Amino acid sequence: MALFGPAHDATLADNCLVRNDWVCGEYIRTRREDITEALGQHVTITVISIVIGFAVALVLAVVARRVGWLRGAILGTSTALYTLPSLAMFSILLPFTGITATTVVVGLVLYSLTILVRGILAGLDAVPDDVREAAVGMGYDGFRLLRKVELPLAMPTIFAALRVATVSTVALTTVGMIVNHGGLGNLINRGLSSNFHAEVLTASVLCVVLALIADALLLGLQRWLTPWRRTVSA
Amino acid sequence: MNGLLDGLGWLFDPANWSGPTGVATRLVEHVWISGVAVLLACAVALPIGLWLGHLGRGGTLAINISNVGRAVPTFAILALLYMTVLGLSNWTTIIALVLFGIPPILTNTYVGMREVDRDAVEAARGMGMSGTQLLRRVELPLATPLIMGGIRLATVQIVATATLAAVISGPGLGRIITSGFGRQDVPQIIGGAIIVCLLALVVEGLMAWLQRAVDPMRGARRRRRSRSDRDQGMPLMADEVVSAG
Repeated sequence: MALFGPAHDATLADNCLVRNDWVCGEYIRTRREDITEALGQHVTITVISIVIGFAVALVLAVVARRVGWLRGAILGTSTALYTLPSLAMFSILLPFTGITATTVVVGLVLYSLTILVRGILAGLDAVPDDVREAAVGMGYDGFRLLRKVELPLAMPTIFAALRVATVSTVALTTVGMIVNHGGLGNLINRGLSSNFHAEVLTASVLCVVLALIADALLLGLQRWLTPWRRTVSA
Repeated sequence: MNGLLDGLGWLFDPANWSGPTGVATRLVEHVWISGVAVLLACAVALPIGLWLGHLGRGGTLAINISNVGRAVPTFAILALLYMTVLGLSNWTTIIALVLFGIPPILTNTYVGMREVDRDAVEAARGMGMSGTQLLRRVELPLATPLIMGGIRLATVQIVATATLAAVISGPGLGRIITSGFGRQDVPQIIGGAIIVCLLALVVEGLMAWLQRAVDPMRGARRRRRSRSDRDQGMPLMADEVVSAG
């Protein structure tokens, strides 16, 4: 092993890769493509899951509001899904979707539903009745009422839920490594089996950084979409 | 559907339940590890949460610890702990589980204590109650539903994370799934996943029951038919939902 080579030997560079340091610039430099690819997969899976999850949650929340008896069923089912451990969730989807990214995306969508459906419902429920009645009096109804009045007013609550769901999804994507579609989780898993410290720590830190960036982007988007709230102190 | 049926078939085969790697052994391991972790997480987080909540200080810390915790992947923490000096022992898993159990308990305990009706606290102070008396006889009983909500979230999360520990060769039911992946044995993977899900749902149900059962104000609340979300057991605020493991 190079580890025991003479320190002055130029061919056996005494770098952090050889020493298996936790923090290692050499690792990032030499495996850049590897890391970029995992990062790309991570971002893609997360974004697709959140977009689909949000669309499904929006429909479910609106249905839950319109059809009273479905409300409990929708909330109960999404909560129960949230209870299931991720490893088991991805495994149970396996016979239906195989060892593909779809397995991970479907699992992540199902997880995001609890937070998103609750958040959207809470936001819509909080729209004051007189505002809604005024809008109805002005001729707004159905989809237009939802889009023009209810959703904008519910926006802050919806965004709070969206941020929580996104941060959780970024973290949960790593578990997708069980079907080899875990993005940065793949690196963690590989580094783990080869006892490669820098790979595990770098990928872990990148996960957290990615979650924080996603959170900040959503916060920016919220500010941009709700300009009327900027005058109110946050 | 065939996959699920094969999984059930695997699960109903008595041969898979016995032996040192059988379902029974793994189930006991899982419950034991999770139980110890929940108790330790409570032992750490409850006193801190109660004290900070009572003083009304450190709110930013108590609330943000949950938000930060959510961004850290469970799998990454498990992997990092396993690669340190701790190495592969049941205690590595337990430490990771405790780390993930602390945030929801701490946050909910703090929020529960702060949400106690200020009038009730002032009235108790006016009656001459000391700090400890106030904590024990007024704040704690009123905060119990939220505190139990936190313990319930932590427990569910710990049971889920214990499954994931199998990926780093930890103990518990997850091992049935990972060894199924190792041998490309789909019925075993599904069978393991089904029993893990059942355990998670049973634990969630038990904790929901416990949350209602230990609420000292349950009778009073029922009489008043309070509209509060807390009475329904599950915190509805998105901020209080913590990531699954």
